[in-house]
Amino acid sequence: MADDHEHQTVPSDIALRVKALESVLVEKEMVDRAELDAVVDTYENRIGPRNGARVVARAWTDPVYKARLLANATEAIAELGYGGAQGEHMVVVENAPKVHNLVVCTLCSCYPWPTLGLPPVWYKSAGYRSRAVIDPRGVLREFGLEPPDDVEIRVWDSTAEIRYLVLPERPADTEHLTEAELAELVTRDSMIGVATVASPRTGDAA
Amino acid sequence: MNGVHDMGGMHGLGPVGPEPCEPVFHEPWEGRVFALRARTARWLRGRDMGSHRFELERIAAADYLRMSYYARWFTVLVDRLLRCGLIATRELERGAADAGRPQPTLLPPSAGDQVSGGRLDVALTPRFRPAQPVRARNMHPRGHTRLPRYARGKLGTVVRTHGIFALQDTDETGQRLGDYPQHVYTVRFTARELWGDQASDRDSVYVDLWEGYLEPA
Repeated sequence: MADDHEHQTVPSDIALRVKALESVLVEKEMVDRAELDAVVDTYENRIGPRNGARVVARAWTDPVYKARLLANATEAIAELGYGGAQGEHMVVVENAPKVHNLVVCTLCSCYPWPTLGLPPVWYKSAGYRSRAVIDPRGVLREFGLEPPDDVEIRVWDSTAEIRYLVLPERPADTEHLTEAELAELVTRDSMIGVATVASPRTGDAA
Repeated sequence: MNGVHDMGGMHGLGPVGPEPCEPVFHEPWEGRVFALRARTARWLRGRDMGSHRFELERIAAADYLRMSYYARWFTVLVDRLLRCGLIATRELERGAADAGRPQPTLLPPSAGDQVSGGRLDVALTPRFRPAQPVRARNMHPRGHTRLPRYARGKLGTVVRTHGIFALQDTDETGQRLGDYPQHVYTVRFTARELWGDQASDRDSVYVDLWEGYLEPA
């Protein structure tokens, strides 16, 4: 990487090495290019935070579903068709006026793939992983959130096989919205816990 | 191992740096690495007892911090494929398979394979129950462990049981020693217990811990 400045127009060394590995494995018939394409397509286009947003919107509009979601998240999420790798053991933690939840994986990058997709770079960054547990309020400030002192911050460190999804608070002025419209409001960051969901009228967070 | 990967509570590792409208993969090669890792897992079965996670942790600290996430994955993937003899350095350098090398065959799973973290259906009485005070052990194994340093020796409270899971710990060479099925608990540690008086008296950190990491308090 030290010679990046001299060779900006040629592919990076690692891109070439990855290509070489792929060629060798394809030639050996250990992997199939179409299958690799399908994996990339799945995580670029099919599995992502829209899934989690649908779960949240359902929980906001259906109290019975919400109760099931909080009691057995894996099964309740499967009702909407989401499950599989890195979502086998889900727990949903609910924000409330005096409780704010924040999810991290200090040791690596554990993240609920079926509902949120693959984690963003910042979630895997040393800055986030190191500070989320010791300075969650400082981290939230970096995202523009300042929970008052009387709000309890709960940080969930995903050290084992359980994966966490935050159920954010439903914003004000959304009584008239349909479930699908509500899902449009729900962001990835609000389901990790570094954001709240903004009200569609005022733009203000709940 | 007490590696730089176990960074909860460290200072000086920079800002979080969220990126607006971040793509899933920043470069095409990142997606290829992700897919290659997924599609080669079955070839490592029965051949490599090592754990992807521990191999990542064993990357030298300075390199670990400098490398991007998928660059680490690529390094570990290549190392494992080489170690198992599934590819050769020369092949990698040429980007083509050696004509004379025999085609690899798939092997049946073996006991030491890295298990995906499924819940195990075995009968085992939990040692702890919700609301019980527990202390995380003060232990410093040289292999892979899921007990982060910041929680070791600290007093917490069991808040939830999750059932029985295979222990993912390895010895210092990366070998899994077996499943050692254990109950996994969510343990709540107050921020004050972990970080002292500077911390908020309301906040807390919840950590998922295998039973063997805990002792009664």
